Amino acid sequence: MRPEMTAIAPGTLPKSSPRGSAARARLLRGLLPALSLALVLMAIAWLNPRAISYFGFNLMLNLAIPIALATIAQMFVIAGNELDLSIGTFVGFVGCVTATWLRDAPLLGILVLLGSIGVYALLGALIHLRNLPSIVVTLGMSFVWQGLAILVLPKPGGKAPDWLLSIMSFKPPYIPFPILAALIIAAVVHFGLMRTSYGVILRGSGGNAAALRRAGWSLLKTKIVLFALTGLFGVLSGMALIGITTSADANIGNGYTLLSIAGVILGGGEFVGGRVSPIGAVIGALTLALAASPLLTFMHIPPDWQVAANGAILIIVLAARVLISRRER
Amino acid sequence: MLKANTDIVRLNGAEKHFGAVRALNGVDFHVGAGECVGLVGHNGAGKSTLMHMVAGTLRPDGGQIAVRGNEEASYSVARALELGIRCVFQELSLCPNLSIAENTRINHPSLAGFGWRRRAADLIRAKLDEIFPDHGISADDIAGDLSIGRRQMVEVARAFTLTREPLHLVILDEPTSSLDAHTAGQLLSFVRRFVEAGGSCILISHVLGEVLQNADRIVVMRDGKVVAADAADVFDRDKLVAAMGGAEGHQKAAAETRKTEAGALRVRARPARQQDGKELVARAGEIIGLAGLAGHGQTDLLLAIFSAAARAKAGIEVTAPVALVAGDRQSDGIFSQWSIAQNIGIRSLGRLRNGLFISPQREAELAEFWKKKIGIRTPDMNNNIYSLSGGNQQKALFARALGSDAEIVLMDDPMRGVDIGTKLEVYDLVREEAAKGRTFLWYTTETEELDNCDHVYVFKNGRIVANLRRDELTEEKIIQSSFGDAA
Repeated sequence: MRPEMTAIAPGTLPKSSPRGSAARARLLRGLLPALSLALVLMAIAWLNPRAISYFGFNLMLNLAIPIALATIAQMFVIAGNELDLSIGTFVGFVGCVTATWLRDAPLLGILVLLGSIGVYALLGALIHLRNLPSIVVTLGMSFVWQGLAILVLPKPGGKAPDWLLSIMSFKPPYIPFPILAALIIAAVVHFGLMRTSYGVILRGSGGNAAALRRAGWSLLKTKIVLFALTGLFGVLSGMALIGITTSADANIGNGYTLLSIAGVILGGGEFVGGRVSPIGAVIGALTLALAASPLLTFMHIPPDWQVAANGAILIIVLAARVLISRRER
Repeated sequence: MLKANTDIVRLNGAEKHFGAVRALNGVDFHVGAGECVGLVGHNGAGKSTLMHMVAGTLRPDGGQIAVRGNEEASYSVARALELGIRCVFQELSLCPNLSIAENTRINHPSLAGFGWRRRAADLIRAKLDEIFPDHGISADDIAGDLSIGRRQMVEVARAFTLTREPLHLVILDEPTSSLDAHTAGQLLSFVRRFVEAGGSCILISHVLGEVLQNADRIVVMRDGKVVAADAADVFDRDKLVAAMGGAEGHQKAAAETRKTEAGALRVRARPARQQDGKELVARAGEIIGLAGLAGHGQTDLLLAIFSAAARAKAGIEVTAPVALVAGDRQSDGIFSQWSIAQNIGIRSLGRLRNGLFISPQREAELAEFWKKKIGIRTPDMNNNIYSLSGGNQQKALFARALGSDAEIVLMDDPMRGVDIGTKLEVYDLVREEAAKGRTFLWYTTETEELDNCDHVYVFKNGRIVANLRRDELTEEKIIQSSFGDAA
């Protein structure tokens, strides 16, 4: 460390940080998700070199696509300074609809899924208009989705539509499908949220809502759009999940709520301030998917430790992030 | 009626109530084309409320608003923007998570579609170059990374950018509060050019000299009413202060001679980047000024002193408890969910304790004492801190520091955007507390405030370049040192 860095207090305000170092810290923080993914991959390669293959990736990452989609869904609400505690049970509900109605009565299934996106949009409007905490509203909704899922599919079962099964078992040449899908998801969402002009408005609504209102933008609309996008990606996540597992269960997505939040934060997002990164979120989801089961299996640690392992990764990465921010200030 | 057509905006009998408080009490106000109107008054006089109405962010409870002679029945922000009326608000309104170009896009719906990013960047860069040559801001910078002064520069420049919407009137609410003298001058000369080219401008500032020199007409507000309005050359500083009310008696009290014997050493600090032997020395009972251009290491040194009080630090010696009065009160000063009393008590929790708990009674006593002493204008100290006007919020922060056991008070340009009445009250208080033996380290961007100091250190590039005694202190000397080629 250079002497002038040591002499400045760790708690120094961001406004006094020279921009060069702020940009450097941002770059380093941006690389952190990729770095943690690389670390996990290296650990897997070292423990079991054969896993690093076309077949190995297909196997290890087969659940990564729905997790990545759910993480992206969560990222949209977080971009607007909200949190969705119902995404897990929503994914489960979508899964049950997919494994029953979407196969047996496609029109009804499509209508129900579109309607559920509409419900998400309405939730966004409700949260904005009544100024309700999203945590409370979505926590309540999580029970609603769970109940609906049980009504649709009281016992585990059902079957995914054939077209969905064939999409999810697609085997592209050279690149394993989960990796290809992750690349496409990250690229599409990055373009939509980070590069388009309306994406700026969506992120701005998390950064400084008052400024946006004064510039004449509708915050009701931004909130509705963000929640509808969450619903849309939740639906995609549930469908992808059923495409992989082939049948459904009302509890199938319950773990996704916290997993998706962890993925967003692991990927460099922050709970408030509209600071999110779609690419980071997808990387975060992949890291969690890999670290959860394949890495533990190779280390001969029982799967009961999955959640703890995810937690440990989260703590390590967040600690590294804080260290970077401190040093660069 | 003929005159109405040259008006950009005209309000007749505008009224606004917030609960029991009458913020505006039947105000008539107008701005003509090609005119710069100065608007002055204490904080809480209703200036901001009036400007929110002109900008369309607040609806009047009574009265009419007309733009270019046409009455506007459903006036809104969108309508104001359509009519070419824009506002730079006192609270910074950039999105900290977005880049400068992206922040520009927010104000221009037409910056969309293919290549909008490059167009937005070109737009803001050209305007920054025009207003603030050598500004050193890139369109890709993230707003949150910029210093408060640079953020203000961006915000001002953004208000003057042109795309599809017309631009007739810009409201500048305290546009120079976070700028140093150099950039403030650049801005004000740009405003003059803008007005001479036919644009109109409302300039709100607590720096009365700025208003006197740059406005064509000055409107003085007090207690929700317009109390004086006339051509700028009719007014001088004293007349303005008199019209605003109640501050004459304090003038130049600073000039009284102060004791000169040296007290006990309180702070000895060398800036981190200082290469020669210069260091800042502060003794008991002294008011020490930190001057120079904004963002040249004054805040860094204050913060270093602050942390050195808790944990030993090379090059800095602190011998007494320290309190800090933050300048950027929204982000560094205020606990926004807390009451006024809680905001004041936080620095003195040790003394407010009763066993393991905070005694609400002692907290209320402390708050009530400072409410009287410093004149915080509120019906109830248990109200949320945001129920106060900006100047009164700052007073609460002063009360937090002065009510504590701190013998050393660090002030990080705390008076920016505060009305002159509040300022004069606080200056008196600072001198009074210094006479009792407290030490003040006072960073300020307003040269006038340095008159209150016993000693002034001028900063440049993170280093002390000059150490001026009170009797050798002149504005020229400060400017000379700030711009000189000192090592």
